[in-house]
Amino acid sequence: MLASILASGLAVGAIYALIGITYNTMYATSRVMSFTAGQLGMLGGVFGSLFMLRLGLPLLPALVLTLACCALVGVATEFVAVRPVLKSLDQHLYVLSTLALALMIQHATALEWSTEPQPFPKLLGIGDGIWDEKYWLPVAACAATILGLEFLYRRTLVGRAFLAVAEDNFAARALGLPERNLRIASYALAGAIGALAGFAGGQLLLAFFANGALLNFYGFVPVALGGLGNNRGAVIGGILLGLFQQAANFMVGGIFSSVAVFAMFILVLLAAPQGMFGAPAARRV
Amino acid sequence: MAAANDTALAAAPALPSGRLFSALWPFAALLGLALLLPLTGNDYWALIATRACIYWVLVSGLNLIVGFAGQLAIGYVALLTIGAYTASVLAAGNLTEPLHPFLALAVAALVGALCGVVVGLPALRLRTFYFAMTTLGFATIVTQIALAWQEVTGGGIGIPGPSLPAPLDTAWGFYYGCLAVAALCTWLTGNIARSRFGRALVTVRDAEVAAEASGIAKPRLLVMVFLLAGALAAFAGGLFASLQTYITPDAFTFDLSLLFFIAVLIGGRGSILGPLLGTLLLTLLPEVAAPLAAWSTFLYAALLLVIVLAMPGGIAALIDPRNRRRLPENRAVVPRPELLPALLGQQPPHAGLALRNIVLAFGGVRAIDGIDLDLRPGEVHGLIGPNGSGKTTTLNVISGYYRPETGGMTCDGAPLPAGDAVGRAARGIARTFQTPRVVGEASVLENVMVGASIEGRAGFLEALLSLPRQRREERALEARARQALQAVGLAALADVRADRLQHSELRFMEIARALMLRPAFLMLDEPAAGLSTDEIRRLDQLIRAVGRQGTGVLLVEHHADLIFEICDRITVLNLGKVLAAGTPEEIRTHKEVVSAYLGG
Repeated sequence: MLASILASGLAVGAIYALIGITYNTMYATSRVMSFTAGQLGMLGGVFGSLFMLRLGLPLLPALVLTLACCALVGVATEFVAVRPVLKSLDQHLYVLSTLALALMIQHATALEWSTEPQPFPKLLGIGDGIWDEKYWLPVAACAATILGLEFLYRRTLVGRAFLAVAEDNFAARALGLPERNLRIASYALAGAIGALAGFAGGQLLLAFFANGALLNFYGFVPVALGGLGNNRGAVIGGILLGLFQQAANFMVGGIFSSVAVFAMFILVLLAAPQGMFGAPAARRV
Repeated sequence: MAAANDTALAAAPALPSGRLFSALWPFAALLGLALLLPLTGNDYWALIATRACIYWVLVSGLNLIVGFAGQLAIGYVALLTIGAYTASVLAAGNLTEPLHPFLALAVAALVGALCGVVVGLPALRLRTFYFAMTTLGFATIVTQIALAWQEVTGGGIGIPGPSLPAPLDTAWGFYYGCLAVAALCTWLTGNIARSRFGRALVTVRDAEVAAEASGIAKPRLLVMVFLLAGALAAFAGGLFASLQTYITPDAFTFDLSLLFFIAVLIGGRGSILGPLLGTLLLTLLPEVAAPLAAWSTFLYAALLLVIVLAMPGGIAALIDPRNRRRLPENRAVVPRPELLPALLGQQPPHAGLALRNIVLAFGGVRAIDGIDLDLRPGEVHGLIGPNGSGKTTTLNVISGYYRPETGGMTCDGAPLPAGDAVGRAARGIARTFQTPRVVGEASVLENVMVGASIEGRAGFLEALLSLPRQRREERALEARARQALQAVGLAALADVRADRLQHSELRFMEIARALMLRPAFLMLDEPAAGLSTDEIRRLDQLIRAVGRQGTGVLLVEHHADLIFEICDRITVLNLGKVLAAGTPEEIRTHKEVVSAYLGG
C-alpha cells in the first residue's frame, strides 16, 4: 500500500507542481494570477485524446499539436483577459477577467467535447504495476520542465530577459527590453507547460472538462504554500500535496481527503499568508 | 424584490424630497409591478418571480461583501446549500424531532451566519485571489459533504424541502411571502449601505489605509457583514428548498454561484438598485432565451468579461445621476477659516505628542535613526528635509503604520503604542496622505463623513433597522460634514462623486475628512503639492486657523516659503537624523541647514 501511495502521490503531485509552475510563469511577467492555469492542464488532456484517439495521430505530432494549441490559448489569455486590466492592477480586475475566460473555456469544452470523462490513450506502454507509465510520466514531465526552465533562465538571453522583467518590470523596460513581447512569450510558455501537465497526466485524470476547476485549486495550493512566483516552492509544495492527498485518500476515503486538503490549505495560509518561501508583503503607505 | 418605500423614507432623513423621490421611485415601481404579477394568472411566472425573489435575498447580502467591501467571495452557493439542507433536515426530522418549518428556517439562518463567518475569515488575512480560491474550495467541500453524509442528507437521492403552512402553501401565496422577505432585505441592506458601516465598507475597499487612519477596524466590520450575509444566504437556501420541494446536491451547481456573483458585478459596486436589476436580468435571461439554455453559464461568463473590460461600473454607473451633472469649470477652492471655531471647538489642555530616540530600518537602510520630536497643542510644527530624509516615515511611525525598532512615543503623557494604526483616531490623531486616499465612487460628503466614524455609538443592529438613535447620529454627522466642507471651501461639491474632483480639491477634501475627528493633532503630508500659488495661500490661512483652535499641526512640506511663513517651530531632518530644531528664525540662519538644504 505504501508503494502505491508513493507512486500515485508523486504522480498527482508532479501534475499539481506543473500547474503551479504554469501559474508562476504567467505571474512572473505580469503580476497576474490567472484562473486559466488549471484549464490549460485540462485542455492538455482533452487535446491529447482528441488528436490521438479521435484523429488517430501518432504520439509525437499529437504532443506537439497539443502544446501548440495550449500555447495559443495562453497567448489568447494574455490578449483578452490580462493586457486590458494591467493598467489597474491594484483593482484586481484580473481575478474577474481570467475567471470569466476560464469558465468560458471550461463550458465550451463541456459542450463541444463531452460532459463525460473520455479515455486517454497509453503513450509508450512501458512498465506495469506501480512502475506503470501513468505514474512515472508526470514525474518525468515535471523533471524535464524544471531542467528546461533552468536552462532557459540561466543559459539563454531570452531567459535572462524573462528574469529581468520578473524582477523589475519598469527597470527592464527602461533597459529597452521588449516587455510586452516577453509577456506574450511567457503566456505561450505557460500554456505549453500546462498542456504538458495534462498530457503527461492524461492516463490518470482522463480527458474531462471538470478537471479544469480541480487543477485550478490543487495547482494553486502549492503556489500559495510555496510562495508566489517561487518555482522551487511550487514543486516541493506540489509533491507534498500529492503525497498528503493520496495518503488521506487511502486512509479516510476520497471525500474526507479533499476536506483534509482544504483544511490544511486554510490553516497554513492563515499562519503564513506569504507562503513558506515567499517574501513578506510590500509597504502600503 | 423592491424596497418598502415608506420605511426607507425614514432611513434617509436628510435627503431633500426631490432627491428622495428620484432615489426611491425605481424600487417603488419594481414593487408595484411585482405586486401586480398575479394578475397574469400564469403559474410559471409565479415560479420564476419567486426564484428571483429568493436569489435577491441571497444577493442582497452578498452585495455588501462583494459590492461594498470588495471581497471576491465567488463560492457563495455553499451557503445556499447549507441553508437548504439545514432547513430541510430539521423540518424532516433526520437529526432531531421534526421542527416547525418556520423554526427550521430560523435555525438555518443562524447556522448560515456562523458558516458565513467561517467562509469569510480568510479574507481578513488573505489577498483577493487567495480569498476567491478559498471560497471556491469551500463550495466544493460543502457539496461533497452533502453527497457523503447519506444518513442525514440522503446523499445523491436527496431529501424533501420544508413544506410551509397556509397561506404560503400555494404558488402565489409563497410568492407573496418571498416578495415580502425580499423587500425587507432591500430595506435592511439599504440601511446598512447608507450608514457609517456602509461608508466604512467602501473605504476599506478603496482606501484601506485611510480607513485605518479614521479608526475603522476591518476585522470587526467584516465579521458583522459576513454574519448578516451568511444568515440571508442560508435563509434564502431554506426558501429555495421549499420552492424546489425536493433537493439533491445537483441542484446547487457552481453555475448558481456564478449567477449570484455576476449579478452583483453587473449591477455595479456600491449600489443596491444595480445588483437588484442584475439579479432580475440574470434570472430572466435563460427564460427569454430558451434555445441558449445550455450555453447560459458560458453567456454569464462572457457577460462578466464584457462588464470587467468595457464598463467596470456596471448598471449602477449608467443610472447614477451624479455622473451626468456638469461641474462648473474654473472653480476655485475658497476655504472659510472663520467657520473653524464652530466646527472644531477649542481643544482641552493637552500634554502634547512626544517622540524619543525613534529608530526604524528597512533592510540595511536606517530610514529614521534616533529622532526626537515634540508636537505641542496649538502649534504648527514643520518637518522639512531633503528627499529620503525620513519625513513621511516619521509620520507613518506616529500614525502606527510602521513599528519602530527602538524608541518610545507618548501622547498626552500616556505611552502611544507602536504599530496600532486603527487606534490613532481614538487618541485624536488625524492625518492626510501624500497621494490622497479617497473613495472615488462615493460622494465628497460621504468621503468626509468617514472621518468621524469612531464617534458612531449606534451599533450594527440599530443601523440595520434604522432605529431613532442611528438616524439622529446620521443627521448630526451629515450636518457636521457639510460644515467641514464649507470650512475648507468645497461645500458646492458635496454631492459630487469624489473621482470627478481635481487633485487640489482632493487635498482639501482629505483635510475636511481629518477635521471631522476634531483632532488634537493633525498631520499633513505635503498638502501643498500640486496646488497653485493662490491655493497655497488659502491653505496657509486654513492651517493657521486650525492651530488657533488648540490643535497641534505637523506639516511635512517642500515649499520652504509656506513652512517659514506659518510654522511656530521647525525640525529639519537629514539622512534620518535631526539636523536642527527650533523657531523659523533659528533655522533660517542655521549654518548646516542652509548648506545642506536651503542652499546659499
